[in-house]
Amino acid sequence: MKKLNKAVSLVCSAAMAMAMLAGCGNAESTGSAAGGGTFKFGAIGPLSGGAAAYGNAVCNAAELAVAEINEKGGINGYQVEYSKEDDELNAEKSVNAYNTLKDWGMQVLVGSTTSACSIAVSENTKADNMFQLTPSGSAVDCVKYDNVFRVCFSDPNQGIASAQYISDNNLATKVGIIYDSSDVYSSGIYQKFVEESAGKNYEVVSAEAFTQDNNTDFSVQLQKAKDAGADLVFLPIYYKDASLILTQANTMGYSPIFFGVDGLDGILTVENFDTSLAEGVMLLTPFAADAKDDLTVNFVTKYQEKYGETPNQFAADAYDAVYIIKQAIEAKNLTPDMSVSDLCEALKSAMTEIEAKGLTSEKMTWDASGEPNKQPKAVVIKNGAYVSAQ
Amino acid sequence: MSSFLTYLISGLSLGSIYAIIALGYTMVYGIAKMLNFAHGDFIMVGCYIIFSVSGALSGNSFIGIIAAIILCTLLGITTEFVAYRPLRGAASPLAVLITAIGVSYFLENVALLIFGADIKSFSSVVKWEGLSFADGQLRIQGVTIVTIAISLIVLVGLQLFIKKTKQGQAMLAVAEDKGAAALMGINVNRTIMITFAIGSALAAIAGALLCSAYPSLSPYTGAMPGIKAFVAAVLGGIGSIPGAMIGGLVLGIVEILSKTYISSQLSDAIVFGILVIVLLVRPTGILGKVIQEKV
Repeated sequence: MKKLNKAVSLVCSAAMAMAMLAGCGNAESTGSAAGGGTFKFGAIGPLSGGAAAYGNAVCNAAELAVAEINEKGGINGYQVEYSKEDDELNAEKSVNAYNTLKDWGMQVLVGSTTSACSIAVSENTKADNMFQLTPSGSAVDCVKYDNVFRVCFSDPNQGIASAQYISDNNLATKVGIIYDSSDVYSSGIYQKFVEESAGKNYEVVSAEAFTQDNNTDFSVQLQKAKDAGADLVFLPIYYKDASLILTQANTMGYSPIFFGVDGLDGILTVENFDTSLAEGVMLLTPFAADAKDDLTVNFVTKYQEKYGETPNQFAADAYDAVYIIKQAIEAKNLTPDMSVSDLCEALKSAMTEIEAKGLTSEKMTWDASGEPNKQPKAVVIKNGAYVSAQ
Repeated sequence: MSSFLTYLISGLSLGSIYAIIALGYTMVYGIAKMLNFAHGDFIMVGCYIIFSVSGALSGNSFIGIIAAIILCTLLGITTEFVAYRPLRGAASPLAVLITAIGVSYFLENVALLIFGADIKSFSSVVKWEGLSFADGQLRIQGVTIVTIAISLIVLVGLQLFIKKTKQGQAMLAVAEDKGAAALMGINVNRTIMITFAIGSALAAIAGALLCSAYPSLSPYTGAMPGIKAFVAAVLGGIGSIPGAMIGGLVLGIVEILSKTYISSQLSDAIVFGILVIVLLVRPTGILGKVIQEKV
């Protein structure tokens, strides 16, 4: 019996050793799937519905950037895995999308695309201490937590950027403003613009308001700007009201430079609108697809090849976002085996130290508030299309 | 001085739009004694019809306007028949008022469903540039002159219609006392239906002029001008046809001048403040008749 016992124990130990080996093998493969050997980036945006154009731009451009990075050997030698989820422009669905990505093993979030969704998701990223970089969430509250940063200007900061741009490029000596006092977006930009205008090389000569209950007749606002001699009229408003302003300015024979912010983007798509009225209108935007620098040409060509359309500013913001995260990870020499929370802490401090270069700016820096600091860019409408202003 | 005149002309052009909308409001109120809060939305429907028809006919706005007048008239008759007539005998006059608000939201939402929320740019139906004085310093737009002319024609036409025709006399009788009119052999329902038909046709015309002056068309295009025109009608004396004209012009001029000389943010507060004061001093409006209640 002793012999048999020995034989049995031998077989058993062999089997155990086999099992252990097999176990090791298993552990290794699950380890890598859990993020041991690759960074996992997730993106969220409205991929269906009315705002699908924004979400697809963000998710496609992030995908493109990740593919480029992997081709060139990844980040710190580690490849990047990428996944995207649809939020249908709905804050609750955005949180669901975030949870789905978290289950997948996401370590860093590029998103959400829109402000309301981004704010909703930031409640969860804050709780999980996950690093979040929103490409295009422009509402002030998007970056209220210390783990959230953004690539685009915040709404009110577009006022500061516009004032800088007008002053840097000597666009005007006298500036008139027409803004919507019933809208927080418009009045926020207006206030920052006026504050920033103090001491600049132009003078604000008229600032007239309208409200959503009183947005049909702009003759008074335009006439006042004209009487005050404004050679540039700043329009921190949406294109819906701006199209009427342009028409009425044309009727009264007043043709200053009209300068707008991202709310004006879309004026060329108004059905039946006479686009010749918008000729010469300038608007602050981080990205013009016709720019001739290598970075833009490379991005636009690849994007067009892969997705069959010309990328917009959302795409550019998201493309930059991925490269910004790459740079921050490299700055701190981070590895994928770190916990989500450790990565977040390291990235938070890295963000305030790096100086990024991208499609949307030659030089971007951040402070701990999460707001970017970068050179504003503008486009001008020529022959019914956007062209870089310089 | 010349800038004052410029602002005055702006006020006139805004006021003329209010006036022509107010004419439709006041006529329906004067005869059917009900506030058709959906009037502003009939205007919006008219605008969309003109926009679609003239778009389909490569810019032939004349046929568009004719189509809008016909379809708006039909819409007015249908609305009256379906939504207002069954409630005319209701215990509370509020029932019809609330229904009118319901019709207003119904039309806005249907338009939202069909045409979407995106604004459309309306091509002016008035091709005439207008007059300019003092080396182009002062300009009166063609659409302003046409609006004032059409308002005057409508004003005179309505007065003649009411005073000189049998149907008009029937309307006056219904306005005075529905029960007595019915006893005199007047078909009250038919009379009120005709009133709505005329009011809705006026809405189509007002829509064409509103969108020509301010060429941005959305499902809410008629809402705010409708409310302002209602204020104009009350200011002028609701039920009084010349009162609507005067109320509209006064409201437009006051709005523009207060925007100019007081504050562009406060203009609505001032306009509605003036309404309150006028009604305190003259509760029946500028041209309103004081009706003695007989007990």
